Amino acid sequence: MASALLAAGCARGKRVCARIALALLGMLLPVAPGAEYGDVVLNRLSERNEMRPVIFPHWFHRIRFRCKVCHSELGFEMRAGANHITMGDIIDGRYCGMCHNGETAWSVDNCHLCHSGKPGLATGIRGSNETGGPGRW
Amino acid sequence: MLRRPAVYLMLLVVPAILLGSEPRWISLREDGLHDPASPAIEWLQEPGDALSLLPPDSVGNQVAWIRALREGYIEPRTNIFPETKIRVLDMDIVMERTGELPMVRFPHAPHTEWLDCENCHDRIFVEEVDANPINMLAILNGEYCGVCHGAVAFPLTECNRCHSVSRDGFSGKPGVQPTAAAGQE
Repeated sequence: MASALLAAGCARGKRVCARIALALLGMLLPVAPGAEYGDVVLNRLSERNEMRPVIFPHWFHRIRFRCKVCHSELGFEMRAGANHITMGDIIDGRYCGMCHNGETAWSVDNCHLCHSGKPGLATGIRGSNETGGPGRW
Repeated sequence: MLRRPAVYLMLLVVPAILLGSEPRWISLREDGLHDPASPAIEWLQEPGDALSLLPPDSVGNQVAWIRALREGYIEPRTNIFPETKIRVLDMDIVMERTGELPMVRFPHAPHTEWLDCENCHDRIFVEEVDANPINMLAILNGEYCGVCHGAVAFPLTECNRCHSVSRDGFSGKPGVQPTAAAGQE
């Protein structure tokens, strides 16, 4: 439909063509790409150690666990970047390692499944829908 | 016809409304976070594959998470350690110092279905009515309610979900509400 509109407009002259192109561009703006709401980027140590940043999806985990499992039982602070977790902790069964042990969820030798972020991302909470998270983040 | 500004405005607005009304989720490959070159893209679940099956909402993950939980769409585990005590509290608090906006009704029930008491008390909120200097600026800065709302729980664009009690229609007393009135959402 978009290309038909553009073709019809362009047949009427350059100015109309440009205006329609602009309008079509405007349509695309509300659907600009963005992270899923609550996604967390963790890159305190990752890239320094030649791994991609970690992308933690809250949406996936909250389907399976209530917030309190990680934020109370496992001791994760409720502030992105406030948890100084190392791979050593995880291998020893703490934090992510409580489940990511090859039994409940995939084990630590599947490095790339967690370390899946684009290079250069800063640690923090993200989300594309309506707000990008409170100002402090 | 195409010379009228109103037509261009329609061209802009109508598709935006149509596109905006349907829930939609961006694929991992295009979300700006995942590296399209990562082998994980082939393995990880796409948000839309899971979230499209849950009751819809207009904001956040576009999922009505409380409904999803209460109506059995999801059954997230409450604990990993068998000795962990599951604490749920049904108590609403009406906060009256909200300036010109309707008062806030805070329902403990849906919050404690997800969280433990110690997640908020006393780290974020002192366990006493009117003892917390909560204000919107702090919330927008990620303090108090803003630790979760605007980050993982519904965003701060949804004023009326918290500011839900009109001063005119409220005949009770602010603060802790009688249990019979609790459970309303």
